Amino acid sequence: MFRYLVRRFLQMIMVFIATTFIVYSLMYLTGGDPIQALAGEKPVTDLQRAQLTVKYGLDQPFLVRYWNYLTDLLHLDFGTTLTGRSIKDILLDAWPVTMQLALIAILVTIIFGVTAGVIAGIRRGSIFDNATLVLTLIVIGIPSVVLAPLSQYLFTIQWKLFPTTASGNPTWYELLLPGIVLGSLSVATAMRLTRASVSENLRADFVRTARSKGMPGRRVIGIHVLRNSLIPIVTFLGVELGSLMAGAIVTESVFNVPGVGFQLARALKTEDTPLVIGIVSVLVIVFLVANLIVDLLYAVLDPRIRYE
Amino acid sequence: MTDFESVAATELHTATPGPAGDPNAPGQPHTLEVSKPRSASADAWRELRRRPLFWIALVIVALILLIAAFPSLFTSADPTTCALRNRMGAPSGAAIFGYDVQGCDVFAKAIYGTKNSLLVGTGAALLAGILGMVLGITSGYFGGWWDGVVSRIIDIVLGLPLLLAGIVFMKRVTNAGGGQTAILLALIAILGLLGWTTAARVIRSSVITAKQQDYVHAAKMLGAGSGRIMWRHILPNSLAPFIVIITMALGSFVAAEATLSFLGIGLRPPAQSWGIEISTARLYMRENAVPLIVPSTFLALTVLAFIILGDAIREAFDPKLR
Repeated sequence: MFRYLVRRFLQMIMVFIATTFIVYSLMYLTGGDPIQALAGEKPVTDLQRAQLTVKYGLDQPFLVRYWNYLTDLLHLDFGTTLTGRSIKDILLDAWPVTMQLALIAILVTIIFGVTAGVIAGIRRGSIFDNATLVLTLIVIGIPSVVLAPLSQYLFTIQWKLFPTTASGNPTWYELLLPGIVLGSLSVATAMRLTRASVSENLRADFVRTARSKGMPGRRVIGIHVLRNSLIPIVTFLGVELGSLMAGAIVTESVFNVPGVGFQLARALKTEDTPLVIGIVSVLVIVFLVANLIVDLLYAVLDPRIRYE
Repeated sequence: MTDFESVAATELHTATPGPAGDPNAPGQPHTLEVSKPRSASADAWRELRRRPLFWIALVIVALILLIAAFPSLFTSADPTTCALRNRMGAPSGAAIFGYDVQGCDVFAKAIYGTKNSLLVGTGAALLAGILGMVLGITSGYFGGWWDGVVSRIIDIVLGLPLLLAGIVFMKRVTNAGGGQTAILLALIAILGLLGWTTAARVIRSSVITAKQQDYVHAAKMLGAGSGRIMWRHILPNSLAPFIVIITMALGSFVAAEATLSFLGIGLRPPAQSWGIEISTARLYMRENAVPLIVPSTFLALTVLAFIILGDAIREAFDPKLR
């Protein structure tokens, strides 16, 4: 276990350095003229240019600049936007909203996806099973650029069930529809995963043993099958939480939810490169940390898993 | 975005190693293997033919390909000739879904948008397929340091969520001010470079199991070279899961292109793309929802068709489900 932990941490550090390096070099190594971008349309004199070059450390070699970016990132200093706002402040404002949204999405996934998956797994081959399989296939196949605007049209304009857009300080009710839309993308995956895992465990030896010693069916399913089936689901939900943060970009910008994804979409529209880089770097880190936690959780939850 | 890929991958991993399975596995009569050398794929095809969903998906894919290749067969209107006097015009004989906010023919725009979506989707799937196939098969076959290198690269690429990396990369390309062709090629490149990992992993694991099989040892004993063994003996048996992954990835690449264009960092007007249409029509949907619904339907049907196709092939090749 200890060796696995060390290896997993080393792997995470390597992936972290590589991904941030890719993001950074893509953005800055071949990028246009950053000083002109800062000045906008205005002409930049040679003196200003020289000053700004030194101020932002652009005279340093590329690797030194990357190192500075990396250390800033680790000190939670994400720089400022083109308009001079601190990116950290923007993220601090946006993060709780995205967390709320992700929480709703995860709840939706658990309530619908896992429940349907358990039922389908127990009654494999039934009408319910086949119907949900086809249904989830359809849900998987509809990308969020379609699902978000269409559900906004149907549920807020056609039938006025929800508010069309969220306010600056959104309530749970305002976040409900975006949360359901966001969650529906992982409902299908969660359902299929649960179904596969439950139906596999139903065939396991320990279930046959439990049945043959006369244990009631409810208890066999509830204690023996479910507990073991939920291991992959828990890990899936953990990874999903990380990718939901990133996946929220379309949903949040459609429903005007002032979360991280919304800020990213706005930064793209206003061509605010430092803000884009800042948010993407943070999201990549969140994604990596979520994956790490899930991998460790996996080893804890399932004692059968032994990593050399 | 790659949810279904991971599902497909997990389900594939629980399935038997290859379409041919283990010839020595109990329950599979040996006589059948002898009398019909390619029985696995023949079985799968027989299974596939019986599925209505497979045929529906196949027809949609064929239709979409036809639309992409010959858009003028389906509409005589020009998507770029727009007249403001037609703004939000009602459906008529000339334009069956009416006009959008700029007075452009909604149906013609959706028809002409098909080509770019499919170009990006197939191009990226081809690139991801080649990368995944070559890296997966060589790393699985040779193992050792090369396997280590490839596995680390896969770790790194998986650390970058498709959409986020796509955003950074496309922001670069659009900042540099490339033309439509440059943006199209960049979309193919970035989606292909980020999307090969699942295919490579699946191929790698099926190669590792295939490598232990007797027929590979026999081929080696007969003096076959590495290239011949990989190409003639291992590859055909790893093909089914690979095709499934790539078919489904194609759907997700089409969706990713629409998402990037929707966010304003993919294709840009005057290029035709479903993502662009959805993002503009969305702003006026209170007035008229048809310009939103038409490209959305095209996009959803295309992605869906590829995913159903992949799913049907996967089920047909999975002997557990028969």
